[in-house]
Amino acid sequence: MRAFANLYTRLDQTTKTNTKVAELARFFDQANDEDRLWTVAILSHRRPKRTVNTTLLRHWAAELAGIPLWLFEESYHVVGDLSEAIALTLPKAHSSNKQGLTYWIEYIKALDKLEETEKKQRVTDAWMQMDYTERLVFNKLIMGGFRIGVSQKLMVRALAQSTAIDENTLAHRIMGDWTPDKTTFEDLILTKDPLEDVSKPYPFYLAYALEDSPDDLGLPKDWIAERKWDGIRGQLIVRKGELFVWSRGEELVTDKFPEYHPLAEILPNGTVIDGEILPYKDGQPLTFNDLQTRIGRKNVTKKILEKAPVVLVAYDLLEWEGQDIRERPMEERRALLEQLLEQTETDGILMLSERVNFSTWQELEPERQNARQYHSEGLMLKHKGSPYRSGRKKGDWWKWKVEPLTIDAVMIYAQRGHGRRANLYTDFTFAVWDDKQLVPFTKAYSGLTDKEFREITAWVRRNTIDRFGPVRSVEPAHVFEIAFEGIRKSSRHKSGVALRFPRISRWRKDKPLKEANTLEDLHQLLKLYEEGG
Amino acid sequence: MALLEFTNKGIYCPPADVYIDPWRPVSKALITHGHADHSRWGHQHYLCTEAAAPVIRYRLGNINLSTVQFGEATTINGVKFSFHPAGHIVGSAQIRVEHKGEVWVASGDYKVAPDGLSEPFEPVRCHTFITESTFGLPVYRWKPQDTVFEEINDWWRQNRDQGKVSVLAAYALGKAQRLLHGIDAEIGPIFTHGAIEKTTQVMRKQGIRLPETRRITQQYKSKDFEGSLVLATPSATGSNWMRRFKSASVGIASGWMALRGTRRRRAADRGFVLSDHADWNELNDAIKATGAERVAVTHGYTNLFARWLREECGLDAWEAATEYEGESLDKDDAEDMENEKDA
Ligand SMILES: [Zn+2]
Ligand SMILES: [Zn+2]
Repeated sequence: MRAFANLYTRLDQTTKTNTKVAELARFFDQANDEDRLWTVAILSHRRPKRTVNTTLLRHWAAELAGIPLWLFEESYHVVGDLSEAIALTLPKAHSSNKQGLTYWIEYIKALDKLEETEKKQRVTDAWMQMDYTERLVFNKLIMGGFRIGVSQKLMVRALAQSTAIDENTLAHRIMGDWTPDKTTFEDLILTKDPLEDVSKPYPFYLAYALEDSPDDLGLPKDWIAERKWDGIRGQLIVRKGELFVWSRGEELVTDKFPEYHPLAEILPNGTVIDGEILPYKDGQPLTFNDLQTRIGRKNVTKKILEKAPVVLVAYDLLEWEGQDIRERPMEERRALLEQLLEQTETDGILMLSERVNFSTWQELEPERQNARQYHSEGLMLKHKGSPYRSGRKKGDWWKWKVEPLTIDAVMIYAQRGHGRRANLYTDFTFAVWDDKQLVPFTKAYSGLTDKEFREITAWVRRNTIDRFGPVRSVEPAHVFEIAFEGIRKSSRHKSGVALRFPRISRWRKDKPLKEANTLEDLHQLLKLYEEGG
Repeated sequence: MALLEFTNKGIYCPPADVYIDPWRPVSKALITHGHADHSRWGHQHYLCTEAAAPVIRYRLGNINLSTVQFGEATTINGVKFSFHPAGHIVGSAQIRVEHKGEVWVASGDYKVAPDGLSEPFEPVRCHTFITESTFGLPVYRWKPQDTVFEEINDWWRQNRDQGKVSVLAAYALGKAQRLLHGIDAEIGPIFTHGAIEKTTQVMRKQGIRLPETRRITQQYKSKDFEGSLVLATPSATGSNWMRRFKSASVGIASGWMALRGTRRRRAADRGFVLSDHADWNELNDAIKATGAERVAVTHGYTNLFARWLREECGLDAWEAATEYEGESLDKDDAEDMENEKDA
């Protein structure tokens, strides 16, 4: 695994995209086909499953290192990454190994069926013939969460450099339902005609957020606006009488959404639609939370189907009559989509993403501000002439999100961060006033600058009232503005509300403690904006 | 009454009425070494090793300072004091205190593996040992320094071949000179940040041989730095001072670089794991070698390391509150700032 571990180190040592791509391309040039295929798999989220639970790994590592478990746990907290903590703590290796990436992945997969004692033997054997980086990589592979700091997009670019095959073609070829066990590098990457595999989706086109006003985008008449729905981006494919549904995570989710199954008969063969998988009932979208709960379940029961049925809100048409039409202008694709939906009776399963009409950007602004009324996240702006591109590209599509909701709250607990922020207090619990009491209602961590984190860390150290494990309760003294995307009722929280995507937006040094918001204010927001209410 | 006590001014020895590394002004201070958290302003009288004195004088100016040799005994009010090498930086000492048959050792900062520059660490038998614990967790274990210097040399060579400047961040006193001593000076010219150059000059004057360096001034143009190694203070690498280099790779040499998280946070291109503090194994070995049954733990992971010593090593260990700071990396070091003003 030395070569792959070295690759890992080099990728870790640079933040520069070009260097990363060059290193990866060099690895692809030198590795054998098996290792190349596994590398493609790992970097396209096809990681091997976790075969040993992390509690066992902690115990074995502590035992091997001759330290008590509590000390290992504390060390882990400081390091912030379990694979790294284990790799750093283990004693020196007895020997080295010459096996490649594929060998070790097979080794890890084979652990799955073993008894605990055998697992332990195999894992410790492996550890004791690896250096620090090999252990780090091995641990990450065992835990099933291997990440290497290279996006799929960059991996494809490196692969393109190494194989001299066009990037988009490769992006297409590596999509779909494959694993390294079922194919070869030759078949998957080097062989032409990707449409042979009828399930293959197109890469999603993702938009960037619009930070400034849309005035710089040019003439409003060249653009269309749609609502940005808060579901899961999906691609629906009907080819050769078969239906496939892909999520943006490039996961085949056909089985999770039986609602769509009739479309295999209804839609003509050679149709691919880009849309939003949206939970929808009684003419209203439900909350993202409803969808998430549904996806988390193993089986789609009748009850779930009744509670959170989904529709597909169609945004775009990518393939029509078996032709890839992504290069045609958006306006043309949309006309075809509208025509298709008009002529097809889908029993409400397939809905057109309605256009929001406007003639000036000013007219559009209130529509964006109203987004919450529609349970949407804001607007999508799309240039009428735009092709359907691959991946996240600037210029033709923009998401124009609604301003977040905010509330001023008092910090009452602080916890040290993980990983790169292990020495700083970065995780805080915030409270609002309820009469003369402070009621905690949310945690938030991101949003301050490193300088501010250092400042608050120094303050926390001096103003701790009490410690509970890694958490410190502090003197209520500082007011922060908390921004969030949504609010809903929650019986699990003392405050009775739960926030969506809370983060710190500002340190309100100007605000006296007494002027922080109240629980009453929170419940007012709940009334106004409750998700799915 | 204990022979040494932790008071709000520093480590105090009641029978002798002196302090070791005090952090508030006192009348008589015994100083382990010249780092800012151990040797502070405002004491009426200072005592340190002869090798530590030049830097302390340079930093604190006109102070009333006496020196001793390593191993030489000084008796104050019937209490016997002697200084023994701590291996941390040149002149750094552990202070042995003996009174009526009871022996304490205050180690200041120390490392056990020899660095070729500081006087090698000497284990001193005692009843009570005051240890640091800057890196007192089992995740901190250093590679031999030769391996680290090879990594640094490779990095410098590679940058040089690409016409880049290699900017290496290191603490001005100790780490910078250890780097100068350990790197391969044949690779190219070496420049220094003003704060580092001044400390280096002081050490050269006391007879320590270090490769030639050039202090960075306005007279140098960005072209002059191409292919060179620049030793800079940690605070300088995050400042406008860096603008003078056109294309630079930034490295940091510090024990904290053992963790990928810290490396990322510092946004450095490379982290080299090189510390002037003992790692986990060294701390444990050093404590064992003293034969001490009682251990006071200062700077670092004090509560965790003390618990380890208590529960797993059977020692009477406790966490002692001090104002020592360990290897500085995150905060802007006061000493850097002070020296930068006139740099
Ligand atoms: Zn020191
Ligand atoms: Zn210190």
